[in-house]
Amino acid sequence: MARLGVEAFRYAPLVLLVIAWELAVRYGVISPNFLPEFSAVAGTLWALTLSLELPENLGISMYRQAAGFSLAVVIGVALGIGMARVRAVELAFRPLVTLWYPVPVVALFPVLVLILKLGDQLQITVILLGSILPVILSAYNAARGVDHYLAWSALSMGTSPERLLWKIVLPAALPGILSGIRVTLALSFVLLVASEQLGALGGIGAFTLSAGENGFYTGMFAGILTIGLVGFVADRLYLALIRRLLSWRDEE
Amino acid sequence: MNAIAGSNAVKIRARGVTKRFAVRRRADVIAVDGVDLDVEENELLAIVGPSGCGKSTFLYMVGGFLEVSEGEILVDGRRVTGPGTDRGIVFQHFALFPWLTVRENILYGLRERKVAEAEREATTAELIALIGLRGFEDVYPKQLSGGMKQRVAIARTLAIDPEILLMDEPFGALDAQTRTVMQDELLRIWNQRKKTVLFVTHDVHEAVRLADRVVVMTARPGRIKAIIDAREAHAPDAANVRESPEIARKVNEIWEHLRDEVALAQRQEAVSSSGRGG
Ligand SMILES: Nc1ncnc2c1ncn2[C@@H]1O[C@H](COP(=O)(O)OP(=O)(O)OP(=O)(O)O)[C@@H](O)[C@H]1O
Ligand SMILES: [Mg+2]
Repeated sequence: MARLGVEAFRYAPLVLLVIAWELAVRYGVISPNFLPEFSAVAGTLWALTLSLELPENLGISMYRQAAGFSLAVVIGVALGIGMARVRAVELAFRPLVTLWYPVPVVALFPVLVLILKLGDQLQITVILLGSILPVILSAYNAARGVDHYLAWSALSMGTSPERLLWKIVLPAALPGILSGIRVTLALSFVLLVASEQLGALGGIGAFTLSAGENGFYTGMFAGILTIGLVGFVADRLYLALIRRLLSWRDEE
Repeated sequence: MNAIAGSNAVKIRARGVTKRFAVRRRADVIAVDGVDLDVEENELLAIVGPSGCGKSTFLYMVGGFLEVSEGEILVDGRRVTGPGTDRGIVFQHFALFPWLTVRENILYGLRERKVAEAEREATTAELIALIGLRGFEDVYPKQLSGGMKQRVAIARTLAIDPEILLMDEPFGALDAQTRTVMQDELLRIWNQRKKTVLFVTHDVHEAVRLADRVVVMTARPGRIKAIIDAREAHAPDAANVRESPEIARKVNEIWEHLRDEVALAQRQEAVSSSGRGG
């Protein structure tokens, strides 16, 4: 109960912001041409939910986000740990990673459209390419930083060098990897919306864009609110997962 | 100096063992320099020496974690080429797996060696009782004191029942009472299961009380300065609890050898911290 109170208090600034928004528009501090009242946006949100327009677009978007993000995590972790542990993998991929680092993926969008055509694969690719670096780098650094005494202990207790990766390197590197994945998670939402607004068949980003272009402002803000909320909830859930997985960690 | 043992079977044989570490933009550090040493089967051998003289490095080479730069180490007549379950090690800084509970840490080696579950559980329960950590089975290492961690590290190594125990200051983090209890436990286990034990300590009294022989090392580069037989100081009727006036005499004898080396090591440290050593 007390916990709940604390949680509620933490979100108080958000509630205040919403109230300020509502009042500012209602009393003409902000013109309704820029920003519809919160209550109007909420009403549209509800209507769009009942008409399934929002849920359907959200479903399309979440599929793309989940696919792109999962691919980034799986490939990124494998690549990062591989580079840290196997000299040949490091030699092969380090130049690629270094070159990739400063490239803004969204700038490549027109090229990707030519290659991939419109469709889920386009957004999935943009998310994968644009969000994979934090996972690669954190997995690489975490796997490099594994205390060699842990590996020595395991070897002297009968773990084979091949099994070391699963038994020692992965769990020891987990905290670093998980914090890199959090950055990737946030990036994946940004890239999702950006790429859907640049060109997509459906999805919450495309919906928001066309609502705006057609002067359907409450719908546009309802879309923005939805994607913001989903991203926020995803991050909270992810944090809770980290806390569970890393309850063993010594935090200072 | 009887570095080379006589009658009993030799368990560990070191010949001309040297370890050089390459250091950036400086001359190599010679950590261990030409050590010849025979450790007999079932012997309890202590190594003492000033800080930084290469004691841990020597233990790591016997463990197979570090390669020798020169010379060779034989265990049961076979050259050491890497770590093995015949040699268990307790590290100076414990190296417990932080993501495993106390119980899981102790179980680790048993699981890796595919020991049957019933036996695994029995061994683990017995060891947890031995180290006095009942009630802490499901706690993660971060919640343990230094002394408790050290005891888990000892239990984890004992669990795999290696023929050779390598221990790097195994009781260093313990308070005086627990230390005596654990020392006596080590003697009891050693008497029961007959292991060859090579342990490093800073505590000369502990070395004399526990060990058959005590190796005194020089300041870096670590060489063997003297080997002192401590058996004659142990009361013959008391296998487990070793106290006698002889012990104090042996401690003094070892200190005579150690004093200069400790002073030298301190000078080395002063020099290298002022930026010119290496
Ligand atoms: N990986 C390494 N690279 C360079 N120098 C090293 C390395 N490991 C150890 N040394 C050096 O080798 C020397 C011996 O180190 P070692 O840890 O074996 O000493 P020690 O006798 O165990 O000391 P202590 O009693 O403080 O534990 C030290 O001078 C140390 O700085
Ligand atoms: Mg040491």
